[in-house]
Amino acid sequence: MRVNITVNGRPYAADDVWEGESLLYVLRERLGLPGSKNACEQGECGSCTVRLDGVPVCACLVAAGQAEGREVLTVEGLADHARRRSSATAEAAEAAGPGAPGAVRPGESEAAGAVRRGAAEAGRPGESVPLAPVQRAFIDAGAVQCGFCTPGLLVAADELLERNPDPSDADIREALSGNLCRCTGYEKILDAVRLAAARTAGEAV
Amino acid sequence: MAAGRTASAPTPLARTGGAPRGVVGESAPRPDGTLKVTGEFAYSSDLWHEDMLWGVTLRSPHAHAAIRSIDTAPALALPGVYAVMTHADLPAETHYGLEIRDQPVLAKDRVRYHGEPVAIVAADHPETARRAAALIVVEYEELPLVVDEATATAPDAPLLHPGRRDRHAAHVPHPNIVHRQPVRRGDVAAARARADVVVRRTYEVGMQDQAFLGPESGLAVPAEDGGVDLYIATQWLHIDRDQLAPVLGLPADKVRLTLSGVGGAFGAREDLSMQAHACLLALRTGKPVKIVYNRYESFFGHVHRHPAKLSYEHGATRDGTLLYVQCRIVLDGGAYASSSPAVVGNAASLSVGPYVVENVDAEAIALYSNNPPCGAMRGFGAVQACFAYEAQMDAVAAELGLDPVEFRQRNAMSQGATMPTGQLVDSPAPVAELLRRVKALPMPPERAWETAGGAVDVRALPGGLSNTTHGEAVVRGVGYAVGIKNVGFSEGFDDYSTARIRLEVIGGEPVALVHTAMAEVGQGGVTVHTQIARTELGVGRVTLHPADTRVGSAGSTSASRQTYMTGGAVKHTCEAVREEVLRRGRARHGAGHPAWAAPDRLRLADGKVVTDGGEVIGDLAEILGDEPIDLEREFRHRPTEPFDLRTGQGSGHVQYSFCAHRAVVEVDTELGLVKVVELAAAQDVGKAINPLSVVGQIQGGSAQGLGLAVMEEIVVSADGAKVRNPSFTDYLIPTVLDTPTMPVEVLELADDHAPYGLRGVGEAPTLSSTPAVVAAIRAATGRPLKRVPVRPEHLTDT
Repeated sequence: MRVNITVNGRPYAADDVWEGESLLYVLRERLGLPGSKNACEQGECGSCTVRLDGVPVCACLVAAGQAEGREVLTVEGLADHARRRSSATAEAAEAAGPGAPGAVRPGESEAAGAVRRGAAEAGRPGESVPLAPVQRAFIDAGAVQCGFCTPGLLVAADELLERNPDPSDADIREALSGNLCRCTGYEKILDAVRLAAARTAGEAV
Repeated sequence: MAAGRTASAPTPLARTGGAPRGVVGESAPRPDGTLKVTGEFAYSSDLWHEDMLWGVTLRSPHAHAAIRSIDTAPALALPGVYAVMTHADLPAETHYGLEIRDQPVLAKDRVRYHGEPVAIVAADHPETARRAAALIVVEYEELPLVVDEATATAPDAPLLHPGRRDRHAAHVPHPNIVHRQPVRRGDVAAARARADVVVRRTYEVGMQDQAFLGPESGLAVPAEDGGVDLYIATQWLHIDRDQLAPVLGLPADKVRLTLSGVGGAFGAREDLSMQAHACLLALRTGKPVKIVYNRYESFFGHVHRHPAKLSYEHGATRDGTLLYVQCRIVLDGGAYASSSPAVVGNAASLSVGPYVVENVDAEAIALYSNNPPCGAMRGFGAVQACFAYEAQMDAVAAELGLDPVEFRQRNAMSQGATMPTGQLVDSPAPVAELLRRVKALPMPPERAWETAGGAVDVRALPGGLSNTTHGEAVVRGVGYAVGIKNVGFSEGFDDYSTARIRLEVIGGEPVALVHTAMAEVGQGGVTVHTQIARTELGVGRVTLHPADTRVGSAGSTSASRQTYMTGGAVKHTCEAVREEVLRRGRARHGAGHPAWAAPDRLRLADGKVVTDGGEVIGDLAEILGDEPIDLEREFRHRPTEPFDLRTGQGSGHVQYSFCAHRAVVEVDTELGLVKVVELAAAQDVGKAINPLSVVGQIQGGSAQGLGLAVMEEIVVSADGAKVRNPSFTDYLIPTVLDTPTMPVEVLELADDHAPYGLRGVGEAPTLSSTPAVVAAIRAATGRPLKRVPVRPEHLTDT
């Protein structure tokens, strides 16, 4: 069958998809987006976490056909997503003052957020790539070791910060409890989420 | 005295003022960090090749059976299938193994464990390959099982490997014992007669899985020269190659390996898994073949931590002096040898822990059985022993009425001590100090679940959001433990590492290229290599060549050895490059400045040649010109000796590493649910090359020890030796909700024999966290708890 999905804002069509294929398989093997990982393929580890119409899901448990016509956000699109969110929030705040809804609008300018930070840090070797705040924080806090859990954790952590910009430690633990990490013991991951929240709050002031 | 640091809050990027330069001692960022957070880092399971086939393995459903026949015709008839191979199709050597080549690439006429590979299939879609494998008809005839020491050594026991000719065959008491290592020192019988207190107990450690997240995977590409290129996640490229080449019937230079992204290892990638299968299918079909295990298969696809039964007897005097230890450690190695002999050597030589004990009678053995094969896992034989000897230390302290930390400190080894093997501990061994530090840390607040207004936050209680208690029957306990781990390969092994460094001018700037075969498995070796090259060569830009077999061996990423060994090799080769820079500079400019005559007093910094007085006398880019310096060198640690087969005497280890833990737990004593509230560690690392990574290693290792303490075990059925829980649904590893705050104290007492004085970091924290957590549960419940993992039924008599 053919499956049409919008992934990270871009429309894709995958042909010859077998009915039993998961969204994860189609992303990784048919669309050339292997960022979402395949650590358990049974919905336990969270390494394949993507957002399906905004909601975090394990892509390994979603049949590809279920994603027909829907929007998927993967780690590959996280920096863009954060940039659009940030500029939408900034513009909304400018237009309507505090309290205006921070609607996410695709295709916004590179006014604020990730790109600006990325550019400012372009002096560091190999780090001129624009990153979402949570991606930058994972690097800075030492939350990445083997990195196999990282894509899923980033999608989950970014979604947490989107709905709760100032989470308590208990909130962070609850939000990330579906994502296994075997290397870090989670301490640096907690540090990273706290750091991303603090930096984003600092920017918004 | 020691420099110490507590890292519980986010660690600053640099330790000193000024901009970080990414040199030794700074928390330089990972060079692969950006790729890993953007999803672009290519793990072995992400690889793709045009025209690629998918390989799948058919595994035995029985733990012990004779194979009567195999019919592959139905599988071959399925459209999309390109090849099916069994033992009969193997072109050359049929067996492999790390220490003993006893493991069949594909089972011949007998399977020895549940999940042993029997046939492999290549097809154009992974599901087609799986369906084809399911169509293969194998006729088995089940055989009697060997499952423990009694069945392994019974008079009529079936021999797992009849006709053994390996190097241990002659000295073991039974052919179903892989290796036996005694360690004898002093006079235990005489010491026993003098003891005021004797504690004799037995302990058991369950089978732990490494549970790395990136599944076994790789891509084999047949080459035009008849060879094969394998892109693989492994711990040691060269030993994979050395096992593969004979199996493929190819010379070593036609089996080329390149490391692809590795999603964790922890010992489980030391043995071959899918490497030979992918290469065989690729050479058979003439097409690239990719194999990716799913989680279910991963549980069958690699060795596990040896489960162990340990009998210990400790004797002490009334004043708290440890007089003797007698112990016997039985490790179940499962169906094939893997690294069991080395695990035995570790368990025996480290069996009494980091204590001064004059009289020791220890013995460790590993069995051959029909249980899953066991081999390397972080801690490697020292984990099992530490659980038992630390439980014993608590028990003896209790008998003596002494504080358990004080009793440990009174018997703690220090620099200058002698191991039970006779080896002199000739570098710092701050065992008492590490215990003092974890004990001195502030305690986490009591009753943290009580919130303002009398409400209860169940997330802070045992059972968490299951809402099983609001604090009723919840009891706190505190426990301590300390351990000793060897660093590097032991017992006379010629352990070396190779680094190639190319220093050249690119765009007017000197750039160092570091080329090693080190397997980066997440530990941050790549970061360390860039830091060392910057430090030694005074350059800002360092690039890393992909790890492959075109450069000499880097040895294994295991035994906490890579920063010491391949870090040491990078340093050693950089020093040779620096010598050449100074030789060229002297030849060109020697007449111009007297300082050139004393190269020992010159260093390279910020692209310049600088005297020890700080005067710049040369420019690196100018000296190099258009002639790069490109050198490859090997680095070795001090030689070690084998342990005597009867007495265990010998300076068998390269270096020792020490870590202490304090665990605070809260137990719901009615339901048997445990919440680890805090797990504090103190470790001596000699020199923290990258402080952020060091703390990450200690916290990660501590969490794995916590997992062994309260949740992790591969359950093997007693009647059929079958794995009952090969999934993350049934084999539980700690989540962020199970893992507590982990404050870390880092000590830096230099080991003068090691590069920069560093001490291998990775494994020591995995040892003591398990007994510390269990000691805390004992303190909370008063139960003896002689087995890990501790389960609710052990706490509730259900």
